[in-house]
Amino acid sequence: MARDDSIHDLVNRLELPFNALGVDPYGISKRHLVTFFGVLGWFYRNYFRVHAQGLEHVPPRGRAMLVGNHSGGYALDGALVIASMLLEMNPPRLAQGMVERFINMLPIGSLWSSRTGQFTGLPEHAERLLFDDRLLMVFPEGAKGTSKLHKDRYSLVDFGTGFVRLALKTKTPIVPLGFVGTGDAVPTIYNSAFIGKLIGVPYVPFTPYGIAAPLPVPCQVHYGAPMIFEGTGDEDDSVIKGYVDEVKARIAQLIVDARAARRMRLGGGTS
Amino acid sequence: MKVLLAGIAGSLARQVALQLRDNGHEVIGIDRRPWRDAPKGITVHAVDIRKRAAEDVFRKARPECVVHMATINALTAGGEERARINVGGTRALFEHAKNHGVKHFIFVGRHTYYGAGPDSALYHTEDEPPQGMGMFPELADLIAADLFAANALWREPKLVTSILRLVYTLGPSQQGTLASFLRGKRVPMVLGYDPLFQYLDETDAARGVALSVDQRPRGIFNVAGPHPVPLSTIIGQTSRTAVPLPEMLLRQLLGRFGFPNLPRGALEHIKYPIVVDGKAFREATGFVHKVDEVEVLRNYRLLTGG
Repeated sequence: MARDDSIHDLVNRLELPFNALGVDPYGISKRHLVTFFGVLGWFYRNYFRVHAQGLEHVPPRGRAMLVGNHSGGYALDGALVIASMLLEMNPPRLAQGMVERFINMLPIGSLWSSRTGQFTGLPEHAERLLFDDRLLMVFPEGAKGTSKLHKDRYSLVDFGTGFVRLALKTKTPIVPLGFVGTGDAVPTIYNSAFIGKLIGVPYVPFTPYGIAAPLPVPCQVHYGAPMIFEGTGDEDDSVIKGYVDEVKARIAQLIVDARAARRMRLGGGTS
Repeated sequence: MKVLLAGIAGSLARQVALQLRDNGHEVIGIDRRPWRDAPKGITVHAVDIRKRAAEDVFRKARPECVVHMATINALTAGGEERARINVGGTRALFEHAKNHGVKHFIFVGRHTYYGAGPDSALYHTEDEPPQGMGMFPELADLIAADLFAANALWREPKLVTSILRLVYTLGPSQQGTLASFLRGKRVPMVLGYDPLFQYLDETDAARGVALSVDQRPRGIFNVAGPHPVPLSTIIGQTSRTAVPLPEMLLRQLLGRFGFPNLPRGALEHIKYPIVVDGKAFREATGFVHKVDEVEVLRNYRLLTGG
């Protein structure tokens, strides 16, 4: 299984058009990926002990859109999904998230998100990456999803609709995913917009123990069968909304499944 | 074909002139700067594009094609005078072209007009408006010239107009925005940022312009070649040393201690990438770059004694 390969080998096996300097046309750099996944891979395997199910539903090649739920303070779940695509897929794939705008405004954040292919969530970026047959990762709840409090960790807030239009326009299969665990890893009890403003982020989450450092909580991610909608992307909002609700219902079910699997894994403990 | 090249003394324009001559065109140049050792077969008139004498060159030579490379791009150049040359000069050239039977007008602009910023997309296409002046008001005159040239597409239906937006160039002349930035052994960067830079070898860029003379593509075209690479890589591959400085400090240092006196907006261009999609130009003209991104840097390193 791919899990035993070194990060370096996995990055080398990514099917991206890297040039002689190890940089792809979007500025994704092998060197940065190795460092990034070196850290992230350790957290994935040893700290959050992520179990992934349904990986066979993710296309090994070609355009696809991973669409999932958020929980837990910041986009930790997104990072772990990216890790699962590199560590567990064969061949490994680089999932490319659509990042909140403020990340690119921060020093270091701008550099690392750019070099690892995690670009600002612009429609232009999403469309271009899909036409280039990349693996796009979308969390349609956006920042409202990461700002969920601990008690709401398994719920879903409103979904944006842009991702469905994009999937229709680019004829991209949507792979729904349910992620559980990060809501317990970062049990937010309060979000401070004020402190966020001071440091240039939308909000800062607080936990019962103060800062939002994640706890070593086991996580579970379930990928579901690809959903393919027929259309052009120019349908009425009401039509699009129907598709969005279908995806949302599938994700809700995957969350239920992932919770059950996680409960079993933890020996019937709370989940 | 008779081609009038405005701004012929510029480093890239000279290479365009040579390529046009080699392609069998008759090249007539105008520039207020001299080109002392201009090669045989290239006539250079030392006139200002905004002056009456420039029109006389049109009247006498009756060029079929005009290549406008007389805009001033250097950010250190004076504001008002630069604006007069860039906007007024472009207007004058279009007037003369209209009055003296020119069939094809090529405006050579820059890809920087799209602007750099945290929420601007990679790979700008020609259907996007140039947004460079938001963060970088000093670019306003160049963008105005570009847009004025572009509206000749409907203003002068009989004239074929090509608007070229060229990426940075690197090559033997060691001139241009990127070359100036790489002039020293140590190159400042903004700490925590490492934008992609897109460039063409000078000969490829000149060939792209010369190709447009023959192909006459109508419309707006980004002219790009190899894939962009991060600034830190450009600095490393050309044997220079990157000096990452916090943005606040770098702002204070501009114009002091040997740091270039750049407008503040220029910092955005070393924080965020400006990357363009050159597909439309490739399709319209068949342009293919010959020197790839790694080779351009290697050549530049050898050239500058790295």
